[in-house]
Amino acid sequence: MEKAPINTIQDEIIEEFELFEDDRNGKLEYLIDLGEKLPALEEEHKVDNNLIKGCQSKVWLVSERTADRLKYKADSNTAITKGLIALLIRVLSEQKIGDIARADLYFIRDIGMNTFIGSQRSNGFANMINQMKLEAALAYQEMEKE
Amino acid sequence: MKTEAATTTTFDIEQIRAQFPVLHQQVNKHQLVYMDNAATTQKPQVVLDALNDYYTGFNSNIHRGVHTLAERATTAFEATRKAAQRFVNAAEPQEIIFTKGCTDGINLVASSFGRSHIKAGDEIIITAMEHHSNIVPWQMLCQERGATLRVVPVTEAGEMQMDAFEQLLSEKTKLVSVVHASNALGTVNPVKEIIQKAHAVGAVVLLDGAQAASHLEVDVQALDADFYVMSGHKVYGPTGTGILYGKRRLLEAMPPYQGGGEMIKEVTFEGTTYNDIPFKFEAGTPNISDIVAFRYALEWVESVGKANIAAHEQQLLQKAHELLQEVPGLRLVGTAREKVSVASFILDGVHPFDVGMMLDARGIAIRTGHHCTQPLMKRLNIEGTARASFAVYNTLEEVGLLAEGLQYIAKRMR
Repeated sequence: MEKAPINTIQDEIIEEFELFEDDRNGKLEYLIDLGEKLPALEEEHKVDNNLIKGCQSKVWLVSERTADRLKYKADSNTAITKGLIALLIRVLSEQKIGDIARADLYFIRDIGMNTFIGSQRSNGFANMINQMKLEAALAYQEMEKE
Repeated sequence: MKTEAATTTTFDIEQIRAQFPVLHQQVNKHQLVYMDNAATTQKPQVVLDALNDYYTGFNSNIHRGVHTLAERATTAFEATRKAAQRFVNAAEPQEIIFTKGCTDGINLVASSFGRSHIKAGDEIIITAMEHHSNIVPWQMLCQERGATLRVVPVTEAGEMQMDAFEQLLSEKTKLVSVVHASNALGTVNPVKEIIQKAHAVGAVVLLDGAQAASHLEVDVQALDADFYVMSGHKVYGPTGTGILYGKRRLLEAMPPYQGGGEMIKEVTFEGTTYNDIPFKFEAGTPNISDIVAFRYALEWVESVGKANIAAHEQQLLQKAHELLQEVPGLRLVGTAREKVSVASFILDGVHPFDVGMMLDARGIAIRTGHHCTQPLMKRLNIEGTARASFAVYNTLEEVGLLAEGLQYIAKRMR
């Protein structure tokens, strides 16, 4: 089955979170649930080389290219960050590389989780988004050479 | 003017809370419970009014102007120096240097006293529970001067190992810099004893009072402290204010920290003579408005009474210890015999970051992480903690809400 476009998935997520209105606790619990369902990253990938350092939470990220698409796998040592990672993977993983690099991830703000992006010191999440895009850009360069 | 210590029965918490506008708001649809006081305290209305009065009534540059507003601003600014002198019981106002805060004060001493008094082969002693701001300036100084930094270990409970401290002391020790009360654990150090022992080998002692100043009586003369630093924003005052207390003879023997206006007597291109203390260390236009308002914070604390504040906070701490220990999987970090109102903890199987986020969803503000004490966290074999820290305006009900939140998190996430 063809993966839905990035913005279609973002809109789906926004709709899901609208159910919570401004129930912050409900949103966090939902994120924790999503994180729990995210397959754990194999231990061999949880190495410093794949570590995106935030001040408090650790995030590991690996990517794998197949033709013009990039697949991501990631994990975190904090439950809420892991939930956000699950959302990012749902939106970006297995998308076309160019689309990933150009993606405007408006869903984070729209579901009320922009605090994660603003506070770089407290969370590896913002760094993770940058890293995902960087890997897409690198994969794009690689693809151009082929 | 020290207000007579009132008995605890006259401590009206509602009347206290009414003076802090910021507390009266909803966060994430819950009444705000602010328990990040070790990071910064909220400000009472008198401090906010003072800031407003300064800018609407007499904003002027100080010490130089001949006009009326300049005179009023100068008088107000210097009134804070007198209030700070009284607050730490310094012998004279000239021993109070205004700074941006503790970090600034420590850097001033490291740079000025350090460069003029520390040489190759000398030793500086700190403890393993120091804030990064009481580690890094000394590391930089030691590197520059070829001196050695020695670290007093701490116990599992978070207390300084006094026997190890005594062993580290020698005629090589030139300076001892110790936190009065730990920001990460709440531990109150035996500073009087530390000072006596350091003085016995001829070392000078700096106390980092960032965390202590709002909770404990500070009497630099009774302690015989050589330097004492504190931050205004942790004592209900504005950010960007602080003081460095130093003994006159030490301050006079120290070269200026920064060059500029205010700190000079006479400038020619051949050379400059420096102003007397405290102005020698206050180059440039200072943070006048905030320092003017800082006085009102100090007087506010005095009017409530340190003893009253401490009694109330100890009650909160005790209750927190009691209720938190009932939370499944919760372990208190920092169980020193003497503590200020800081409750640091970890919840087994739940990252502190998640604890902080989940509490925030309930309107409860705490801090999570290493609290700028990475070596201490390493010593305790933890990555970080969740930390609730209480101030005069916190209530027993709020402590109950914290415990309730943690019970919920423990049940949901473990």
